[in-house]
Amino acid sequence: MRHELALRIGPVAFRIGSAWRSPLDALARLYAGYPAPEDGLCDFTVRLEPERPWRRFIRPSVAIRGDYILPDAAPLSLAHGLLAAEMGMNLQMALGQRTWLLLHAATVEKDGRAIVMTGESGAGKSTLAALLGERGWRLMGDEFALLDIGSGALLPFPRAISLKNGAIGVMEAEVEAGRFGPRLAGTPKGDIRHLRPNAEAIARMDEGAKPALILFPRFGEAAAVRGVGQAEVFMRLTQASTNYVALGRRGFDALTDLVRNVPALAIDYPDTETAVGLIADFRRELAA
Amino acid sequence: MSGAALLVRALREPGSIGACDWNALIGAARAEQLLGSLAFRMEGQAVPARVEAIFAAARREAAHVRTRALWEAEMCRRALAPLGIPVILMKGTAFHAAGLDASLGRSVGDLDILVPRDRLDAVEAALVEAGWERLKEAGGYDDSYYRRWMHELPPLIHKDRDRMIDVHHTILPLTARPRPDAAALIEASVILPGTGRDGQVAMSPGHGFGSRGEPNLPIATRSGAVEGGQHPAPHPLHHSPAANGPPPHPGEDCLRVLAPADMVVHAAAHLLADGDLAGGLRNLWDIDRLLREFDSPDFRATLAARARLHQLDGPVARALRLSSRLYGTPVAAGRLTLADRLFEARLLARNGWGQERRKLLRFAFYLRGHWLRMPPLMLARHLWTKAVMR
Repeated sequence: MRHELALRIGPVAFRIGSAWRSPLDALARLYAGYPAPEDGLCDFTVRLEPERPWRRFIRPSVAIRGDYILPDAAPLSLAHGLLAAEMGMNLQMALGQRTWLLLHAATVEKDGRAIVMTGESGAGKSTLAALLGERGWRLMGDEFALLDIGSGALLPFPRAISLKNGAIGVMEAEVEAGRFGPRLAGTPKGDIRHLRPNAEAIARMDEGAKPALILFPRFGEAAAVRGVGQAEVFMRLTQASTNYVALGRRGFDALTDLVRNVPALAIDYPDTETAVGLIADFRRELAA
Repeated sequence: MSGAALLVRALREPGSIGACDWNALIGAARAEQLLGSLAFRMEGQAVPARVEAIFAAARREAAHVRTRALWEAEMCRRALAPLGIPVILMKGTAFHAAGLDASLGRSVGDLDILVPRDRLDAVEAALVEAGWERLKEAGGYDDSYYRRWMHELPPLIHKDRDRMIDVHHTILPLTARPRPDAAALIEASVILPGTGRDGQVAMSPGHGFGSRGEPNLPIATRSGAVEGGQHPAPHPLHHSPAANGPPPHPGEDCLRVLAPADMVVHAAAHLLADGDLAGGLRNLWDIDRLLREFDSPDFRATLAARARLHQLDGPVARALRLSSRLYGTPVAAGRLTLADRLFEARLLARNGWGQERRKLLRFAFYLRGHWLRMPPLMLARHLWTKAVMR
C-alpha cells in the first residue's frame, strides 16, 4: 500500500495501509506515545482503499477493507478518513478476534478491580468511561473488553475514545485540547471526536485486572439501581459479544465463570456526574 | 515475492520459512481462506510468539468450523432421511466428514450436497419443510436460470442457523461442454460409516466440544466416529470396493461422499472448468492433499479412467500440473504449458496486503468463466438481461 502505519493497543497489533496520506497522519497524531508492535508483527490488517480506482482522486471515497470485511459497509468521505481507520480496526476485532472473548463494553479499573460497563449504543458507556478515566480510574477501554479465557482476567485495549455529539462537550471541559483528534462533523453517527486516553492508561496497557462488577448503564432516566439475575446477565453478555459463538465451548465456559463470580447491577442515570457518584459508592462497597 | 507466492511456499515447505514477511504471509492466507490450513502446516515450526498465537487461534477455530459443518450435514441428513435417497456430501464438509487430510484447517462456507436429479423437487420441498428458505425470488430470472441451466438448485439458506445449502444434481452447469456422468458419481459414492440411524459422526461428544483446544484434535478425530482418539477407525475411503455401499435403496438414511477419484475430478472441475479461479489456491490445496492421501498405482489408473468418463481429462491433467508446480505434489504431471502459466499467474495474483492484483488477467479469467458456462448466443442474452436488471 502507498502509506502504512503499525499500532499496538494492549495485546493486539494492527497494520493500517492507506491509499491516502491524510488518514494515517491523523491516526499517528491521535495515537502519539503508543508503542510500535514488536518486530512490526501485526495481528490484523486494515486497508483504506478507493471504492473504485478513480475515486482516489475524484470525490475520494474511503472503503474500509482488511482481513475481514463487511460486504455492504458504506464508504466514507476522505474528510472522515480517521473514522474509517478506527472503524476498520473495530471491524477486524469484531469479526476476526479468536483469542479472547470479546465484549462490546467499556472497562475502568482501580486497585486491581475492574468495572465492565455494557449496553446498547447511546447508553453512555464511552462517556462514562472517559470521565472516570480522568477522575482517578484507569481507562482500560471504551469499546471492547477482552476476557482472557484461561485466567478470567480482563486485558486492556485502550483505543482512542470515540465521543459522539453531546459527549464531546462534556469531555472538552475536562481534558486538555492536545489529546483530541479533529472534530468530524456529519458522519453517519453524527459528530464524532476522538480522545486519546491519558498517559497512565497507555503506560499500563499490558496490565490486566480482575473483573469486580458488571454494570448495565442507561442514560437519560431518573437515578435508579437494580440487581440483575445471572440468567439475564448471561443473555445480555452473549448479545454483547461478537465472538461468543465462534469460540465454542471455551467461550461458554469463560462467560459462565464471569457471570457466576462477578456481581451485576443495572443503573439508570440522568447525567454523567450522577453516574460517577453512583460508581464511587459501588467501589466503596466492593472494597468493604 | 507476492503474498500468494509466499503463502504457497509456506504451505509446500513449512520448514523453509525462516525470517519472512509474516504480515504478508498471514494477510495472503486470510484472503485466500487458507489461514487454518497454514496454521496446521506450520505447527511445530519456530515462529515468533505473535505469529504462533495467530496460528494457535486458527487451529482452535478449526475444531469449531468442523463441528458446525458436521452439524449442518446432520441437519440436512435428518431432513432428507424420509426420502430414502442417497445424499452425497461434497467439498469441505465431505473432507471433514470423511476425516481426510484435506480437512485439516479447511474452512467451510456452504453445505454442498449431490442428489439424484429426478428427486430434486422432493429434496427441495423437504428442505423448505425443515426451515431452509429460498434466497432468489421464485420465478425470477435468477431462479429460472438456476433451474433450467445450472448444476444446482438456487441457493437455500436456513432461517435459524443462517447457513446456506447448495443442492447439486451434477458437478458442472448443464451449459458447459463437458457432460459429467452424474449417475456414475452417485453409483460409485461411498457410505460414511456411523451416519444414519445409529449415527454419531456429527454429534459424538468427542467432536469439537471435547477438544478443549488440544491442537491435534482434528487429527485425533479425523476418522469419523472415534472413541477417545486412541484407535482411529480405518479410513472409510481406503476400503476399496467393500466399503462402497450397496446401491441406493429405499429407506437409505446414511450420508455419503464421492469415491476418491471422483472427489479429485470434482475438485478439478470446480477449479478449472467452472468459475473465474478466485480463491483458487484453496481449491488447488484441496487437490494436493487429496492426491497425496489417495496416491497409489491403482488410484492413478482409476483417476485417469474417471476423468475420461466425466469428459474432464483436460481439467484433471491441468490440475495435476498446477498442483505439482505450486505445491510440489508428487504426481507424474508433465510439463507446464504456456496456458498453464497464465493459470499460475492468476492463482498467484494476490499481494501481501491481501489485495487482488493483475486486473486485466483477472478480467480475462472472469470472461473465460462465463465463456465456459454458456454458448455465445446464450452468453449475450444473459449479459444483456443482467445489465438491464441492474
